[in-house]
Amino acid sequence: MPLIKIRDLHFSRGNSVIFEGVNIDIYRGKITAIMGPSGTGKTTLLRLIGGQLRPDRGTIEVDGQNVHQLSRKELYELRKRMGMLFQSGALLTDLTVFDNVAFPMREHTKLPESMIRDLVLMKLQAVGLRCARDLMPSELSGGMARRVALARAVALDPMMIMYDEPFTGQDPISMGTLVNLIDRMNDAMGLTSIVVSHDVIETAEIANYIYLLSGGKVIEKGSPIQLKHSSSLWVQQFMQGLPDGPVPFHYPGDAFADDLLNPEVTT
Amino acid sequence: MIGAIRSLGRWGLGVLERLGRGHLFLLQILSGVPGLFTRFSLVIQQLYSVGVLSAFLILISGLFVGMVLSLQGYNTLVDFGAEESLGVLVSLSLVRELGPVVSGLLFAGRAGSALTAEIGLMKSTEQLSGMEMMAVDPIRRVIAPRFLAGVISMPLLAAIFSAVGILGGFLVGHGLLGVDDGAFWSQMQVKTDWYDDVINGVIKSVVFGFVVTWIALFEGYDATPTSEGVGRATTRTVVHSAFAILGLDFVLTALMFGEE
Repeated sequence: MPLIKIRDLHFSRGNSVIFEGVNIDIYRGKITAIMGPSGTGKTTLLRLIGGQLRPDRGTIEVDGQNVHQLSRKELYELRKRMGMLFQSGALLTDLTVFDNVAFPMREHTKLPESMIRDLVLMKLQAVGLRCARDLMPSELSGGMARRVALARAVALDPMMIMYDEPFTGQDPISMGTLVNLIDRMNDAMGLTSIVVSHDVIETAEIANYIYLLSGGKVIEKGSPIQLKHSSSLWVQQFMQGLPDGPVPFHYPGDAFADDLLNPEVTT
Repeated sequence: MIGAIRSLGRWGLGVLERLGRGHLFLLQILSGVPGLFTRFSLVIQQLYSVGVLSAFLILISGLFVGMVLSLQGYNTLVDFGAEESLGVLVSLSLVRELGPVVSGLLFAGRAGSALTAEIGLMKSTEQLSGMEMMAVDPIRRVIAPRFLAGVISMPLLAAIFSAVGILGGFLVGHGLLGVDDGAFWSQMQVKTDWYDDVINGVIKSVVFGFVVTWIALFEGYDATPTSEGVGRATTRTVVHSAFAILGLDFVLTALMFGEE
């Protein structure tokens, strides 16, 4: 039975339709990637799963609970078992690295400070930043900030973790570190991971299963190998990063020759 | 014509919708305030940034306002041979009006704009969303302590403003203009009523603190999460707070002193 079950998801923002009947299953212990071009609503999907947004139609069940039928208190209880890594890291800028990781523990547990210290150091050790615990978020590089955010996301030992574009804007070393950490943490902590990304190579390296979204629908799903050998031209264009194909290079409009021959029409 | 009416209607609906959101936001804040009494350290941190850091500006402004008031008042009173009433003029002007109003305006400019910018930036950097996903309610954890700190700070700042203003008025009146110090203080004591003047002034400053902090926090929380959006929200805080202070001052003054 999947940990997250999304059925017939419809969501729109103003006049633009983001999701139109999306069905997704996220299985326990696996790394599932949600991929697609920019603006397809990948981050919106994470916010819907986390209960920060409400769908127009359809259901999202997490661990057997319909997220959008929970009371506020029940939703907050569920969120304690969900971790989320924001694209920006979303670290609290007035707290040190140590206090950021300790934040959820101090808010939700009555553990003594000595135990919180040990737990925070363990989490920071796991992401390689134990000795950076006294730095402020403004002193961290983008990659380090995401690693701190990762340590904070797993502070309460959640059942699942959602990664929002974890690789965007990272140098190759930071990218490699993050890929490795996501994979290692998923195995070591028995997590279920959802990685939202459009970095094909890195994501395909660690994902067990991939959903490709476009135009509000699931275009293709399968293991990285299956997607690599997909017969769909769209999937091939996306996975190989081809500049032209079903998604055209040129913005749709009149033919170039018509434009050149009839200047008065367009000017 | 139709277009103008339509845009007026759209503007009106937008204003009403924002007002509704603002009031719901206030209800959420107020529901979070009782929980702060068990975690008062959160409020103390904010008392420092909202109140203590505004104190210097209030202190200097109060001193100069009192000194100017004394100079201007003396020039008028001396024509009627009533310069010994300078203490009354300074104290009543400050305690009833200038203390709460000017410190409220300064508070909106110093602490209010800082609160809006801080909350707006927390929103744009996803810190508030991050807290929600950590099952921490940002309204209870971030907004409510700042609100309580604002409401507590404002009357204290207004009191400092008035006290320092009176001192400034005395320094100019007695030291520079030669008004008798005994007359200055004794007339002030006799004519300044504890309830009618001092308490009413304190009530005004509490109301201004409440409204300015509410506006500042709402503008930050409701800001478009871009640098331009935060900039606009900060401007709106100062402008709306100034209107609210001046409008409410008239209403409160009419209620408090209208029957005299």
